[in-house]
Amino acid sequence: MKTAKLILMIMVLTMSVTALAQQAPVQEPMVFATHEQEERFKKLTEELRCLVCQNQNLADSDALLAHDLKSEVHEMLLAGRTDEQIKQFMVERYGDFVLYRPPVQTNTYVLWLGPLLLLLGGAWILRINIKKRAQLLNTEDTEGGNG
Amino acid sequence: MSSRIIPLAAFLLLVALLVVGLKIADKKTQIPSPLIDKPVPEFDLPVLGQAEQRMSAESFLGRPYLVNFWGSWCVTCRVEHPVITQLARMGVVDVVGLNFRDEEQDALAWLRRFGNPYSVTLVDFDGRTSIDFGVYAAPETFLVDSSGKIVFKHLGQMTMEVIETEILPRLASMESGT
Repeated sequence: MKTAKLILMIMVLTMSVTALAQQAPVQEPMVFATHEQEERFKKLTEELRCLVCQNQNLADSDALLAHDLKSEVHEMLLAGRTDEQIKQFMVERYGDFVLYRPPVQTNTYVLWLGPLLLLLGGAWILRINIKKRAQLLNTEDTEGGNG
Repeated sequence: MSSRIIPLAAFLLLVALLVVGLKIADKKTQIPSPLIDKPVPEFDLPVLGQAEQRMSAESFLGRPYLVNFWGSWCVTCRVEHPVITQLARMGVVDVVGLNFRDEEQDALAWLRRFGNPYSVTLVDFDGRTSIDFGVYAAPETFLVDSSGKIVFKHLGQMTMEVIETEILPRLASMESGT
């Protein structure tokens, strides 16, 4: 009884997220005016996150929403919008999270600089250890010489 | 001595990070909406069942309202429906239904079957308006103030707790503010 309730609860809790993840009908191939536009489309949809299945980009996703967002990108491209304008369109609606490559700004400094700081910290600790060892060896040597 | 404390401290820090990570893990799907404190996106949509009648964002200016995105295909919408109904019955705020990516007949049948809590239901057939609202799951609910500004968004199933802790206090402060 309790397990049944639990399963039901898990189902209900996961439903809201799966709702728009229904598979899209087979998409008609998109037509581009130029090869350059097609390349830009590929690049953009690879950099934009599918919000329904958050670990996929738009290019790889088959979800209904991803399908619609790809059509939006396609239309904007044909209308002559720049890559920046298209990304701006997505960020205004879904937030920075929609970008796979987060912008460098005050709230992402830790994200961008953190690894570098960790690396420097590691190098510093390593340096201290090497120095210590060298000192230890030195004193051992001198002690050995005295004895 | 410190050679033992440092690894231990580092380990405890990692444990702390793990605990924090686990705590926010279930909130990860809840992306903060960039639309909070922004004007409600422009829309001009037909009324469900009366296609010749259209309503835009301007038609709602002057009093706060709730926009509830739903579809007959959305199971969680059915689950939250009694709560939305209860909220509408309180009479504290107009609840506007936004039926998206749905067939008119299915939507009308859904309302007949479960009851219609909405003061009006608008139809976003191709989902364009839902994209402008940044909707990526259903149901999603937005609270809009009388000046047409979005003040709160709830993703997923509406609950009495959300109504009591998030929606009612905001409505009350709006009233005292004007």
